[in-house]
Amino acid sequence: MTEEKVGVYVCHCGHNIAGTVDVEDVAEWAAGMPNVAISRDYKFMCSSLGQELVEEDVKEYGLTRIVVAACSPHMHEPTFRRACERAGLNPYLFEMANIREHASWVHTDDINAATEKAKAIVGGSIRRVMELEPLEPFIAEINEPTLVVGGGIAGINTALEIANAGHPVYMVEREPSIGGHMAQLDKTFPTLDCSACILTPKMFDVGNHPNITLMTYSEVEQVDGYVGNFTVRVRKKARKIITDLCTGCGDCWSRCPAKVVDDVYEAGLGYRTAIYRPFPQAVPKYPVIDVDTCIYYEKGTCKACQKFCPTDAIDFDQEDEIVVLNVGNIVLATGYKLFDARKVPQYGYGRLANVFTSMEFERMVNASGPTGGKVLLRDGVTEPQTVGIIHCVGSRDRSYNQYCSNTCCMAALKFAHLVKERTGAEIYNFYIDIRTPSKNYEEFYHRILEEGAHLIRGRAAEVTDAARLPGEEGKLIIQAEDTLIGKQRRIPVDMVVLMAAMEPYDDAVEVSHRFGIGCSEAGFFTEKHPKLDPVATMTDGVFIAGACAGPKDIPESVEQGAAAAARVLTLIGQGEIEIEPIRATIDEDRCSGCRICNNLCPYSAIEFVEDLGVSRVNPALCKGCGTCVAACPSQVIEGQHFTFDSIMAQIEGVLYDRMEDTERVTYLGSQPAEAK
Amino acid sequence: MSPANDHYAYYPGCSIRSTSKAYEQSTMKVVESLGMTFQEVEDWNCCGATEYFSINSLPAYSLVARNLSLAAEQGASDLVAPCSACFLNLHKTDKYMGKYKDLNEDVNQALAAGNLGYEPGSLQIRHLLDVIVEDIGFDTIAEKTEKPLWGLRVAPYYGCLIVRPDSKYNPEYPTHLDELLRVLGATVVDFPLKTHCCGGHMTQISDETAYELIRRLLHNADEYQADAIATICPMCQMNLDVFQPQVNRMFKTDFDIPILYFTQLMGLAFGISEKELGFGSEVVSANAALKKIADEAPEKAKKARRDKKALPMPESLP
Amino acid sequence: MQDNSRGSSFYKRVIEATPGGEALSLCLQCGTCGGSCPSGPDMDATPRRLFAMIAANMEDEVLGCNTPWYCVSCYYCTVRCPQEIPVTDLMYTLKRMAIARGRYHKDAHVTFSSNFVDLVEKNGRSFELGVMTRTMLASHPIASALKASGYGLSMMQKGRVSLTPEHIENMPQLTAILDEAKHIASQKE
Ligand SMILES: Cc1cc2nc3c(=O)[nH]c(=O)nc-3n(C[C@H](O)[C@H](O)[C@H](O)COP(=O)(O)OP(=O)(O)OC[C@H]3O[C@@H](n4cnc5c(N)ncnc54)[C@H](O)[C@@H]3O)c2cc1C
Ligand code: SF4
Ligand code: SF4
Repeated sequence: MTEEKVGVYVCHCGHNIAGTVDVEDVAEWAAGMPNVAISRDYKFMCSSLGQELVEEDVKEYGLTRIVVAACSPHMHEPTFRRACERAGLNPYLFEMANIREHASWVHTDDINAATEKAKAIVGGSIRRVMELEPLEPFIAEINEPTLVVGGGIAGINTALEIANAGHPVYMVEREPSIGGHMAQLDKTFPTLDCSACILTPKMFDVGNHPNITLMTYSEVEQVDGYVGNFTVRVRKKARKIITDLCTGCGDCWSRCPAKVVDDVYEAGLGYRTAIYRPFPQAVPKYPVIDVDTCIYYEKGTCKACQKFCPTDAIDFDQEDEIVVLNVGNIVLATGYKLFDARKVPQYGYGRLANVFTSMEFERMVNASGPTGGKVLLRDGVTEPQTVGIIHCVGSRDRSYNQYCSNTCCMAALKFAHLVKERTGAEIYNFYIDIRTPSKNYEEFYHRILEEGAHLIRGRAAEVTDAARLPGEEGKLIIQAEDTLIGKQRRIPVDMVVLMAAMEPYDDAVEVSHRFGIGCSEAGFFTEKHPKLDPVATMTDGVFIAGACAGPKDIPESVEQGAAAAARVLTLIGQGEIEIEPIRATIDEDRCSGCRICNNLCPYSAIEFVEDLGVSRVNPALCKGCGTCVAACPSQVIEGQHFTFDSIMAQIEGVLYDRMEDTERVTYLGSQPAEAK
Repeated sequence: MSPANDHYAYYPGCSIRSTSKAYEQSTMKVVESLGMTFQEVEDWNCCGATEYFSINSLPAYSLVARNLSLAAEQGASDLVAPCSACFLNLHKTDKYMGKYKDLNEDVNQALAAGNLGYEPGSLQIRHLLDVIVEDIGFDTIAEKTEKPLWGLRVAPYYGCLIVRPDSKYNPEYPTHLDELLRVLGATVVDFPLKTHCCGGHMTQISDETAYELIRRLLHNADEYQADAIATICPMCQMNLDVFQPQVNRMFKTDFDIPILYFTQLMGLAFGISEKELGFGSEVVSANAALKKIADEAPEKAKKARRDKKALPMPESLP
Repeated sequence: MQDNSRGSSFYKRVIEATPGGEALSLCLQCGTCGGSCPSGPDMDATPRRLFAMIAANMEDEVLGCNTPWYCVSCYYCTVRCPQEIPVTDLMYTLKRMAIARGRYHKDAHVTFSSNFVDLVEKNGRSFELGVMTRTMLASHPIASALKASGYGLSMMQKGRVSLTPEHIENMPQLTAILDEAKHIASQKE
């Protein structure tokens, strides 16, 4: 072991690390550790000069192992591994010590402590690097087909980009039609073009593209495998329609006697039948039978639709179908749901009839919506003369969502315009801040001001029907502090629109687990890097686009859809990819066959070999998480790159300064685990 | 029928012993007929109302904590207060002691000077209404109801402090008192201002401000043609009842709405006599309202047929 | 006078005197508190504005406002504040600071509060009649007596006024506790 020579490089990261940690001291200290041949500090290790420094030192001093103490390995482990490789070292003989996130950034108040902690971290890495073994990466082929989950505008764009480049795409959408929220909107800000006019052609293209296989009314149930080789189980819910026969003529739904409130497409403002097509431009054109509201499934009789179907396309006995797909890449574009405004009781939604949500209002102003585009009160007859629009409902509020929903200010201004245009009513917008930071958005805001909307800076405190002052009878009163005046005001209005927050779907956390990616506490999927890698995730081959990663408007969702497609196309173009060889292996000679590990593996990578009576890890499925390693009662599972020896050595390194000389270096590795 | 009994410690509060005897009288009758026993906290002291907290903070918390300590010593698991302000002070002190370590240490140091101590969280602090609704339940109350309050239109008034700043009930639009009154047979009117302020101690500071707050509530109950307002707090009762003539004078109104404790209404429905329930001590007499109680259930309003043109109305949260 | 520092400032003292007061730094100036306040229309400055003034260390102006004295403790602001700032508790803090510095608004009911506290400290229980008579005598004996005679009389008639104060038995214990609490509080100042 004496011939091993370790090089240690302590990065300043500009002021990020050097501002809090005494980097020179750390480097000097590290030089005193056993096996360290050279120890330096440097301003920016990730710069080309920093990388060259490592390469030159390897050649000049014959270094055999490298430690870089800098930022998170998520960021630059690949960078320095490549540098090692260029210098002729096996890239797995490199170890990154994170003294930024783990020391300097979290202890800004105490330089001494931060420096001591940095030393401990570096010490751990130096001892650990000594125990690492050279490894060779696996090569995986990239399957050509791509799975896109979610058929909103983001997913539609991804699918079309990839399909147009000549590659097969499967699109899985949970609702009966693709289109997502954009299909519900009337006009889109800031240009006010008609949402359907710009969306429908794209939906049509998806439905008719030779490279796209569309599966609506379907959901992904299970995902196995890894980048390039995913196996995906999709449940196609029974539509109860034989699509080969259906012409989409509509005789069925026009005869269906079961009318229910449509909470999805009409946002609760309109009705649909039990057999329904959500909207005229739906893709595909076939209806579905909603078994929860269909009279036949409840009472055993009715079948009106079947009687009237001219092509005999209705099949009440149709069952769910399971389809298994093999794909190389996955793009999640599952979008958002609207915040439930009933949770803010002071605004009276669900109690006061003329309080509406933003999505209800979108349906109302939509020419194909329940009022044919007329702005009307809940009675369906009366036009309002005053309308109050309340911003930030469920956003920017720690009781619900702390974040800003990003799109509602603009949508609220759009509503102000539409109300004015359709009714001439007086409009009051209640806002905390107006957020219009995109191209032509501020100009749109000015246009609304010009049109005469009253913008009151103050978050609405409450909406009440309890009249107190003259002129308030029969009205809804919005009470707020006009903060620019510093006085409480009560504005009587006929109609209130609540700009509800954009939230992740209720099942977002579950979906993130299913696809093996991270999500924020709220449930928005986490990007690999918020600035530099916004559509990738920590799981190779799984990408995200659109509002599922955070509140976004249409232009941003479209951009992300295209960006995700570009990332997928790169991988398809490469044809294969290197995968980290970090896997668990079972010493079969010593495995007792207890099978404890079998069910613990989150990736189902461990199989039991019946005739030998031992468990075995399938390296293609194993992700090296280490669950089984920790669980094995016989301690015979070893995680490559995270061996017992390397972990014990790292702990010893962390405690290096706290240990007596005699206690140190007792740990030399290579003995069986029990012996220690 | 009722849960294990001896775990309720009872904190009456000062008002119930002076300005609001009818509340305690009716409470005791109702509690007795529900088979519950309340054990009064021995030698309890004033909760400090809002005043003490305006003068000196740590002594105020310590004042309240003495009661918590005494109640816990009695071996109770729940501490019940019929007054909303007392409930708030007891509840808040317990909660803050649990949340803020320094405060907990200081209060316990002060208590130690009187050989007392209190571990935050050892008692469940509850308002009487909560105990009746949750622990007794509507089914038992329905069984007990002998003389339903048929035909009596009641506005359920919660006031502030049992739902804010921190409770399991909706802070803006609770419904448990509504539900209770409905079980008693009363017609519960919508009362949008049900959790608005009764004026608190404002009557001592500014008549204009205080009477306006009271007027709003009376006006709103009147708009919904309430025969009576049901309250759950001595302070609310006093402000709406005792100052009602003053309000009428200031605003040239003629409100005549009796303000009754919910326990008085429960007692009536259970068949207890008016006298035993302390009726007669209200300034705005309840006589006219009580005469409206009918022998027969009012006809149920027919469900209006859905107007073809109307847009669907969202359901309220369960 | 303005002082822009946040160090050992008025701002900091307000925070320190309030359990959970640190949240004050999160105020968005959204006005939910001022919009929700039932006595908002009668306040010199809304709570929101007061918080901006506190952040600017405008101590004299803040303590001179009637705002905290018009707070009715309804906690609407507290439950609705999107930043979970304990607005009501901050009103109590401002009252205490104003009393401590003798710098309170003319509408402040300090005599009422301190009479209340005096009687509680003496008897362990509150005593409405005592508080009222003492308060009235201290302020405008004739005017307020006339005003009160209306409801006071009706309360008498309905037997809702106790003529003698109630008191607890173990008064020495309570006194010891309160004295100790005052002692601890004074040491912290
Ligand atoms: C009231 C309102 C008005 C707006 N107005 C405008 C505007 O004028 N201009 C503008 O630029 N933006 C506007 N927006 C924002 C716009 O709606 C979004 O930017 C856009 O819809 C995001 O597209 P998306 O594809 O990411 O998500 P979505 O449109 O939500 O689509 C996601 C799709 O994925 C499906 N899905 C979800 N989960 C699953 C799953 N597990 N499996 C399969 N499928 C799934 C959903 O059914 C849906 O079809 C508005 C938003 C609101 C709330
Ligand atoms: S976009 Fe505007 S309305 Fe929406 S949460 Fe942000 S600030 Fe509030
Ligand atoms: S409600 Fe809260 S955040 Fe808004 S102004 Fe008041 S204290 Fe500040």
